Amino acid sequence: MRRATLAIVSVLALGLVLLAGCGGKKSSSSSSGGEGEGTTATASDCTPSKMQTHNAGELTIATDKPAYPPYFEDDEPANGEGFESAVAYAIGKQLGYPKSKIKWTVEPFDSSYAPGPKNFDFDVNEISITPTREKAVDFSVPYYSANQAVVALEGSDAAKAKSLADLKDTRIGVQINTTSLSAVDEEIDPSSKPEVFNGSGDVVTALKNGQVEAVVVDLPTALYLTAAQVENATIVGQFGKAEGEEWGALLAKGSSLTGCVSGAIEALEESGELEKITQRWMSQAAEAPQLH
Amino acid sequence: MERRNALIAVLSSVLVIGGLAALVLTSPGWPTVRETFFSWSEFENAFPEVLDGFWLDIKVFMVVEAAVLVIALAIALIRVNASPGLFPVRLLATVWVDVFRGVPTVLLVYLVGFGVPALELEGLPTSPVVLGGIALTLSYSGYVSEVYRAGINSVHRGQTDAALSVGLTQGQTMRHVVLPQAIRRVAPPLLNDFVALQKDVALISIIGPQEAFRVAQIFQGENFNYTPIIAAAMLYLVITIPLARIVDRMGGAGGVR
Repeated sequence: MRRATLAIVSVLALGLVLLAGCGGKKSSSSSSGGEGEGTTATASDCTPSKMQTHNAGELTIATDKPAYPPYFEDDEPANGEGFESAVAYAIGKQLGYPKSKIKWTVEPFDSSYAPGPKNFDFDVNEISITPTREKAVDFSVPYYSANQAVVALEGSDAAKAKSLADLKDTRIGVQINTTSLSAVDEEIDPSSKPEVFNGSGDVVTALKNGQVEAVVVDLPTALYLTAAQVENATIVGQFGKAEGEEWGALLAKGSSLTGCVSGAIEALEESGELEKITQRWMSQAAEAPQLH
Repeated sequence: MERRNALIAVLSSVLVIGGLAALVLTSPGWPTVRETFFSWSEFENAFPEVLDGFWLDIKVFMVVEAAVLVIALAIALIRVNASPGLFPVRLLATVWVDVFRGVPTVLLVYLVGFGVPALELEGLPTSPVVLGGIALTLSYSGYVSEVYRAGINSVHRGQTDAALSVGLTQGQTMRHVVLPQAIRRVAPPLLNDFVALQKDVALISIIGPQEAFRVAQIFQGENFNYTPIIAAAMLYLVITIPLARIVDRMGGAGGVR
């Protein structure tokens, strides 16, 4: 027994030392590779022959599975249909990769920012850029700025809401790891804690089942949800623009490609190509009424 | 001799644990791992809310455990009863155990959590905490009833015969002779299932409630940092390690007797 106690004490002591070590030093380790946003590499460095991609000569792009409309169509990123698929191919084209040299890989959101080597060059998965997240990964400049929207079943109390205050006593559902939750907590501060589901499919089911009275999702998702997934659902309205609602491509911390991807997005913005893609796939997004 | 043994124990512990620590601490990825899994500021930031979520786990655990102990005992008693009239009930009890013990708990939580509200029947609960609790009760009553049954069957047949021969009824024999011995024998495995249930409460997170794991995941996804998960794990250890020591001690006492 005494020996066991000793072993436990030493393990605990070790744990304490580790934690203390973390408390003491403030990340002297954060690497200073690609500075991400703002710095765009010169175009001459961004060619398939010079870029050090995951697979030489190819661009490997990641997203989660299932991939939902309007960001992807038919759960098939490689068909070029859907907003993010189109953006990804446009970035690839800008960097000199033909469609045949662009490969897709599945990367769950939760592992996309895990430390260690990545299986992709960049990841497009409706990921919002925030300063804290940038401590763990690189982001390109944003390619879309999203807004949150409230969806409820037609005829329900929540559907009649005219302001955010009207939603105070509503049971709200959101998807985990989305900025929807912080939007709900900060802007509505509901009396009961929001239900937080694993996937957008579960959010939709919970709304249909009446497990929640309203859901908060990205506006383009809301449009798809009301148009195709739940017949008697309606968009109550959208939130005012908040910070941290800009989506960027996610890259490994200090990736040498961040500047290239950002440069490509900026070029697409200047040429009007990005606007065209956004118009095509997310066009109705601006029409929902705004809630205050 | 005693002292020499202790010395050897200390030395080998230092060597093994120190070696493992050195391996981790000198690995090329350690600075990143330290920052993303053991960040003190993230810990401080998330801990209060994770602790808040953990209370929900504890509450669910308490209620479910009480329900499981009662329901499982009922199932076990039905299954060991040999009277032919009870055959259909016995069949149902067997099916209950086979199905709910045979399906992964996480699937059961998901199916009950999303399936029951979909029935849209008046009076059925739609609260995810209640539904999750029901799913856990179904699953664990399957396991625990088998533990009870093993205990009951381990009491020698002669005890029952003796009790009946002095004039106790079947029910009295079970209540006063068999069960007290059976439950004492299976107390360690019961506590073992207790510990398992305590951890599995985290599974209700998939149907929405903000319990410790879900809260930790929310922080994790918000800041791309895994430290909140470590915080949740530590909270579980605070409960499960003392429970494990109790199980050890009970096992020891049983051995002496």
